[in-house]
Amino acid sequence: MNATVLHYIGKPLKRREDFKFLTGKGRYVDDIKLPGVLHMAIARSPHAHAIIRNVDLGAAKAAPGVRLALAGRDLEGKIGPIVPNWIMPGTKVPFRPVVAIDRVRFVGECVALVVAETLAQAYDAVGLIDVDYEVLPAVVDEEAAIAADAPQLHDNVPGNITTIYKVRGGDYAKAAVDADQVVKLRVVNNRLIPTCMETRSVVAHPDPDGTLTVYMPSQVPHMHRRWIAETVGIPEHLLRVVAPDIGGGFGAKMHLYPEELLCPHLARELGAPVKWWESRSESHQSTSHGRAHTENIEVAIKNDGTILGLKVETLGNVGAYLSNMASGGPTVNTVNFGTGNYRIANYEATSRVVVTNTVPVDAYRGYGRPEGAYIAERAIDVVARHLNLDQVEIRRKNFIQPADFPYRPYGGMAVIYDSGNYQGLLDKALAAFNYDARRNERETLRRNGIYRGIGVAAYTHMCGMAPSRRLASIGFDRGGWESARVAIDSSGRATVYSGSMSQGHGHVTSLSQIAADVLQIPIENIDVIQGDTRQVQAGHGTFNSRSMAVGGSSLHVCSQRIIAKAKKIAAGMLEVDERDVTYAAGQFSVPGTDIAPLTFGKVARMAYVGHKLPDGVAPGLDETEFYDPIGMSAPSGVHLAYVEVDPETGIVDIIDYVAVDDVGTLINPLLAAGQIHGGVVQGIAQALYEEVSYDPDNGQLLTGSLLDYAVPRAEHVPDITSLFQETPSPTNPIGVKGIGESGSIAAPPCMVHAVLDALSPFGIRHLDMPLTPPRIWAAVQNARNGAGQ
Amino acid sequence: MIPAAFDYVRAGSLAEAMNLLQRDPEGTKLVAGGHTLIPTLKLRLASPALLVDIRGIAEMKGIQVSENSISIGALTTHAELLVSEPLHQVLPIFRQAANLIADPQVRNRGTIGGSLANADPAADWPAVMIALKAELEIASVNGSRRVAATDFFVDIFSTALEPGEVLATIHIPRPATGMRFTYRKIRHPASGYAVVGVAAGVAVTGVAADVSIGVTGAASHAFPADVAAKFLVGKPLSRENIEEAARLQSAATECLSDRYASAEYRASLVRTETRRALLALA
Repeated sequence: MNATVLHYIGKPLKRREDFKFLTGKGRYVDDIKLPGVLHMAIARSPHAHAIIRNVDLGAAKAAPGVRLALAGRDLEGKIGPIVPNWIMPGTKVPFRPVVAIDRVRFVGECVALVVAETLAQAYDAVGLIDVDYEVLPAVVDEEAAIAADAPQLHDNVPGNITTIYKVRGGDYAKAAVDADQVVKLRVVNNRLIPTCMETRSVVAHPDPDGTLTVYMPSQVPHMHRRWIAETVGIPEHLLRVVAPDIGGGFGAKMHLYPEELLCPHLARELGAPVKWWESRSESHQSTSHGRAHTENIEVAIKNDGTILGLKVETLGNVGAYLSNMASGGPTVNTVNFGTGNYRIANYEATSRVVVTNTVPVDAYRGYGRPEGAYIAERAIDVVARHLNLDQVEIRRKNFIQPADFPYRPYGGMAVIYDSGNYQGLLDKALAAFNYDARRNERETLRRNGIYRGIGVAAYTHMCGMAPSRRLASIGFDRGGWESARVAIDSSGRATVYSGSMSQGHGHVTSLSQIAADVLQIPIENIDVIQGDTRQVQAGHGTFNSRSMAVGGSSLHVCSQRIIAKAKKIAAGMLEVDERDVTYAAGQFSVPGTDIAPLTFGKVARMAYVGHKLPDGVAPGLDETEFYDPIGMSAPSGVHLAYVEVDPETGIVDIIDYVAVDDVGTLINPLLAAGQIHGGVVQGIAQALYEEVSYDPDNGQLLTGSLLDYAVPRAEHVPDITSLFQETPSPTNPIGVKGIGESGSIAAPPCMVHAVLDALSPFGIRHLDMPLTPPRIWAAVQNARNGAGQ
Repeated sequence: MIPAAFDYVRAGSLAEAMNLLQRDPEGTKLVAGGHTLIPTLKLRLASPALLVDIRGIAEMKGIQVSENSISIGALTTHAELLVSEPLHQVLPIFRQAANLIADPQVRNRGTIGGSLANADPAADWPAVMIALKAELEIASVNGSRRVAATDFFVDIFSTALEPGEVLATIHIPRPATGMRFTYRKIRHPASGYAVVGVAAGVAVTGVAADVSIGVTGAASHAFPADVAAKFLVGKPLSRENIEEAARLQSAATECLSDRYASAEYRASLVRTETRRALLALA
């Protein structure tokens, strides 16, 4: 019998789940139809900052079909408050009721709610709620909010600053003295709306047996179970969170929002299922936003381009309250990574977390690492232009070297880059981009009044926050581990239960590939279950590019335990010593003998029949692993962009985009490229199109719909070349690194550099994102007018 | 969100629609493609008592190309204007412009009459209609009348339509021999509407014998670029003359300013896009 060794890891398999999605058979929360379901609608604040004098619910309560109408006062002491899950040491946490009680602090904040028999009745009744407000001055901008005379949001947050975080490495003051020059730069990291195809929604269903099932598109089902249990006061074991198919998360679906607490509470109160579904315009003003930073940067340099030191002052705008992870994003997630891929021995960064009268800001694809990379990359690019050095060579000169890994930037303890080879990435990217030819072409075209530009950006960061004990030191109230269970049935087929949570990532495919390689069974014989806390033992879900490095590694270890046990059973069946049994290509055999090998299926059957189990071996072939990583993986990459800017209209045409990423061992190159494509598109969107805008005078959200807020379409993005270099991570058994956030980290600086390169003949050194045509046009006009003076 | 409750009637004829509209002009809305109205209803920015669905009215559909003119039913979709071969043979600007409107899903439902009657200051068809010197046939229970496209657009979302009137048909004179048209626009990245759009037509016989230009997006409503047209008529369509015509038009235009684009930027686009449109025809 000729057995074949199965190799799935590294194969570009098409997604096993796509048939379902492409034929419209995905099942989302809105597809869950329960008999007798009641509908909740929310009355939201039209003011950015106001005292609630009175909420009149009389007309709403009397409206047809209304079962219940409540204001914040009615819920006081019953549920809430909403508490962040990540509280950096020293943070002042503002009190956040589930529904505003006596004051509103952003446009869109919940002030009252209605539950009615139909959705239309619920919306009609919300229109009848009469709230008496006393409008207060509002502040929306992080720089304005820390001014002495700024409106104050919370009594326990003086100066509107919740957290001050400092990182020090080396001696920046000395570096600034030793430097030939100090270059200064202020950059804005524009506020974004994480636009998921599927908005948020919740259905809470009280079962007659006393359990409460909450259907919601959660990136972190087990975390949501804990938070809802603790905030609503439901015993956790009686709460079941089910996340069905999810239409995108990007971080926005891993926080704790009022509606996810209200539906469970009200379903228990009313003894009926309660559903809430978020409209797109509600999403813009109630689901967390992303980014929203201002950074002041100083770079101490030698005239040969050596960077001696970097100083960063970050202001992170977190909106009206501290959302789930909000104190961690502008602090450790951003400024710890401010030195990027470069050897910068002297580093000094201070981050201030600032509250404003805006929608709370929290994780969005990359959370802090895009902001950190933007600091490092904008700094080095500005230095290159300032010194008239080549943008590629200055990076090469300052890169961390392959022999430096594992590398602790600026001699600190918090950050370790486990592995990498940035020179290799750069060389591969330059070759794929045809860099030299493009550079010549750019020069030739410039002489003809055609403005093309080349952008370069490098990045690295850390994925899969771990190990658990380290998270304690930063006040992150969760573990860094992930669980996996592999249950083999009596025919030798496997069901994988993973605490990771796909939101469109393709985990059914990638996790199957990992399990199939270890188990040596065909991928078709593996099923993957996620997103149901009654089925999946435990978990932390999917964020921080952790699913393959942590969830995948957990599955890898768990699958090996299956094989270890199966070997014992096989030894019993073959009547040999376990140490003499080898497992390869789906066969248990005894090398050097003529004993007929056993298939995996036969051993699995014996595990359940139990007739020939060796002493001390329990029946069954079903293992669970709680895997806590030894460290975090550090993906890296070099991206290049080629653009043409029309100075008359300000329009940017993206001619080419090349991404070369090192995400360690590739489990599925096709899915990996898909992750890069999606991330790069979101990064291009931040650089060129997307920006949340608030009226600085009254705090009104000006980008309240997709007519104003520019989410990119196919016409806005180029073909993207995605290539990989594989430097395995030493931190996990597969050698894999995170990938999900790479594109959105690299693309913003890469695109900005390309546009600025195209505009360099005009003497334009810096522009803030998004680089919209009107903004570019105005810069060109200003430069031309300035030149004429 | 979802709309407030309303009554709904599917009209079988233009007469039926006009009668329904006449009963309560303020409380009644006509719906064809619905691309502006439905979102407005969902946001509860409008709560009409009655919605009259006119999509099924056959007499308001279709494209007729005859010897002297082209008539287009108001309910003709952007997609139908895009694919129509007879129309393309006479006025290729229709395919060019339709192709720049939104996306295929919108083009499959949205109608030219809806676009014109809604009078979004950044819609595409108004500029094209002005350049083509279209006449809009307006029907009501009191009979019908024709209004030149140039006079139809009055202000932001405001037209010459009186309460109770329905835009029924668009009439376009067949262009004189040698008259060629083009349309170009700078798209808003979110809405896809024109930040500035320019439809231009010229007939050149040694010099520019006829020039007709419609501009959208720049001001509170689409308007004819008469300053540029007057400057060019009788002059050679040279690069210098085109540049000067575009400059004069830009200087004479009072442009809109909004969060996305300043009046100065729009004025600059009027110049650039007018010049580029005319150069494409030169």
